[in-house]
Amino acid sequence: MDFSIASILLLDGVTNGAVYALLGLATVLVFTVTRVIFIPQGEFVAYGALTLAILQTGKIPGTVWLLLILAGVAALMDTAGEWRRHGSAGGALKAGLRTLAFPVLAAALTALAAPRQLPLAVQALLSVAIVTAYGPLVYRVAYQSLADASSLVLLIVSVGVHFAMTGLGLLFFGAEGYRNPAFWDFRLSLGPITVSGQAIIIAVASLALITMLWLFFERTLRGKSLRATAVNRLGARLMGISSQSAGQLTFAMAALIGALSGLLIGPTTTVFYDSGFLIGLKGFVAAVVAGLASYPGALLGALFVGVIESFGSFWASAFKEVIVFTLILPVLLVRSLTSAHSDEDH
Amino acid sequence: MASLDPRRYGLAALAAAVPLAAVLPLPDFWISQLSYIGLYSLTCLGLVLLTGVGGLTSFGQAAFVGIGAYTTAWLTVNMGVAPWITLLIGLAITAVSALVIGVITLRMSGHYLPLATIAWGLSLYYLMGNIDALGKYDGILGIRSLSLFGVDLGQGRGFFLLTWAFVLAAAIALLHLLDSRSGRAIRALRSGALMAESMGISTFRYKVTIFVIAALFACISGWLFAHFQRTVNPSAFGLKMGIEYLFMTVVGGVGHVWGALTGAALTKLLDDQLQVLLPRLIGTSGSYEVIVFGIALVLMLKYQPDGLWDFVERRLPRANRAVDWADAPALAERAKPAHGELVLDVKKVRKVFGGLVAVNDISFQIRAGELVGLIGPNGAGKSTTFNLITGVLAPTRGSVLFRGEEMAGLASRDIARKGMARTFQHVKMIPDMTVLENVALGAHTRGHKGVLSAMAWLDTAEERALFKEAQRQLERIGMAPHLHELAGNLAMGQQRLLEIARALCADPALLLLDEPAAGLRHKEKKALAEVLRQLQREGVSILLVEHDMDLVMEVCDRLVVMEFGTLLMEGTPAQVQQSPEVRAAYLGTEH
Repeated sequence: MDFSIASILLLDGVTNGAVYALLGLATVLVFTVTRVIFIPQGEFVAYGALTLAILQTGKIPGTVWLLLILAGVAALMDTAGEWRRHGSAGGALKAGLRTLAFPVLAAALTALAAPRQLPLAVQALLSVAIVTAYGPLVYRVAYQSLADASSLVLLIVSVGVHFAMTGLGLLFFGAEGYRNPAFWDFRLSLGPITVSGQAIIIAVASLALITMLWLFFERTLRGKSLRATAVNRLGARLMGISSQSAGQLTFAMAALIGALSGLLIGPTTTVFYDSGFLIGLKGFVAAVVAGLASYPGALLGALFVGVIESFGSFWASAFKEVIVFTLILPVLLVRSLTSAHSDEDH
Repeated sequence: MASLDPRRYGLAALAAAVPLAAVLPLPDFWISQLSYIGLYSLTCLGLVLLTGVGGLTSFGQAAFVGIGAYTTAWLTVNMGVAPWITLLIGLAITAVSALVIGVITLRMSGHYLPLATIAWGLSLYYLMGNIDALGKYDGILGIRSLSLFGVDLGQGRGFFLLTWAFVLAAAIALLHLLDSRSGRAIRALRSGALMAESMGISTFRYKVTIFVIAALFACISGWLFAHFQRTVNPSAFGLKMGIEYLFMTVVGGVGHVWGALTGAALTKLLDDQLQVLLPRLIGTSGSYEVIVFGIALVLMLKYQPDGLWDFVERRLPRANRAVDWADAPALAERAKPAHGELVLDVKKVRKVFGGLVAVNDISFQIRAGELVGLIGPNGAGKSTTFNLITGVLAPTRGSVLFRGEEMAGLASRDIARKGMARTFQHVKMIPDMTVLENVALGAHTRGHKGVLSAMAWLDTAEERALFKEAQRQLERIGMAPHLHELAGNLAMGQQRLLEIARALCADPALLLLDEPAAGLRHKEKKALAEVLRQLQREGVSILLVEHDMDLVMEVCDRLVVMEFGTLLMEGTPAQVQQSPEVRAAYLGTEH
């Protein structure tokens, strides 16, 4: 290997690593606020990329129908819950409608826009809107009533959600893979290295998103309330922060990050209905490197995973997944040796 | 052993039903279905131990099945090794892998094991699918079938009998394990490390042990699977299958041995139906059954987290354990300090949390046969002092001498083994074990039989001795009528007494009681005071941390009073009651 190959691999690794970083951040975010180890994070990636791909063909993506079904179920749960608590039909109806509003709006807009072949940017925006709407609904339907369960139960629920979302992905998108058009047909030659426009977009978008997350958590009241919930759920609740809305907001952010990641990788690789899982898990390895707790740690971990993966695929392409996922064992070993105590708070 | 327990009849019935099914004119299709159910059950039994009982989980069981299958496939096809030897080799490889993963992850909090097993399951899947010698994704073909003494057991009824013989053996071994000294320690894992560790149990060791056992069960299943299918390829050992094993166990009932069998049977039958039904319904082929499984898993955890078997379990009568240990030998007792000998010598211990000095150079002593009370207003540092003595916290400075030996810096389980036994301010017991079993947990360090002897039923003599001791301690403090009650059904006062009996069962040289009167009603307090006085008469050395002044003044020989982390005074109850400083500390001063 010479310098030029190494730098190409490095660039490739950093580009992929930037996407893993976003997913790793989402994983850390969801875990710290809700204690959910969110395995289906990657499904949002696939849903995002494939929704855009189907919009490109001028059809209405299946995610629209699934969103409506999910919103219907969540609205029913909210209506029933409100009815049981307060017994007022009006209030119950209002709670249901509030849950329906955004998903139905996003679905309707997408259904209207689908056959019109709107510009790529508009379609991308619609895809993000659709997938983001999934976040709070998934939390509402699968996790909310289990918020006080042990993190083990929540993890098993995550696996159930992952199963269901993968299967539904197959149902709505079919077994065939799609590759999205590039957002920016641009090539920059720097000596032996060619930087594609998509790589620049990935890097810029990841950095922008990370900065925005940082500003959100440091500068806004909502962000601080999420941090408070992450530190102490009960304490936050006593300060008037609803852990339910914190959970829904967190999941919305996770879905948003997932959808954006889907758009970012869409043009660089062929995405299948089940591609999200492996991509999400690599974000996961990054999050585990950070002990599921530190955002900068997850960022570094993700770049590390990306670089290892790209060098791994150069040296032993068949074994690149093996290398990436086996990496978690030495990482965990180091963590277990450096943090000697075991915190058993079930 | 409980001879009337319907759960044991159930196993006997199953043991009779298996050969019956083999001779009945069942279609071959059903025999093969039942064989698959047996194979899945074997893996699920491991998950019952790991997840249901131990509170840990793994998504990588399919990978261990894969190790068992690939080991035998490769060795029998390429090396011509006999299958019965490859089983042992497979078990050894599995044990080592599980040991490595377990040792790495189990020191940390509970969710790292499942995460590690996901990664491990994935990498093993890709490894199997990319190694040339293992046939890549096509796998290994032409594996020979099993035979024993020339009898072919590879297919049909022979294999069915062999598989279910393994399942029955595993189920029986598991039931014995759960009802043993080690089993009680394993069942204590889920209620947190603090209680188990202070019974002298190494929670880490037991966690690793159950992870390895679960992996070994999976490996046997894989070995059988390879010789039944005659071919192996990675798809049967991927992460999806690993998740499906967990699904089976959760649906069946993750806390019960029978739940594993129920779950495996239901899932296999449902899976077959769905794989035909769903593609026909949807119009294209594909593994849509995962949608149903995923949604069913979420619904189960929401509405029936104990699984379907729990419906049956709740209706089964519970038989009392037969008391067969009257003539069992007494357990060996440790040499007790002579009356008046120095037992505990706390010398200038100090604990600093950040900038806060919680315990400020406290010193006091306890002599054998004394009942010393440690009192003080809220926030005085009593509980911290208690934790420093019992090893839950390490002191910043100073020393704790117990019978002349330094305890500062030792783990609480080592201190427990030296003869210090404690109770908890918030009662910590295992609600679904009987009072007797809970108390026997206290005698953990006085027994020696391990997991293997329990599974092989070689521990009955020691078990009888342990139960005899537990019964003796319960009778000693007046709990004889409650031996066979479930601990979770006891009233608060009885739960406190249970904890005292459990601590006494450890044969302690010093008994530490952490606010035993908290939350008790008047009559219960009277009963507690009576027990304390009786123990005092019997010469037990006790340190009592307590809020209840009436109780403390009534029973203690001597009091140590703390305020703001420092020692305020030491003296007899009468002296303390007279002291203006103590009054000021509790009631405030006039200005």
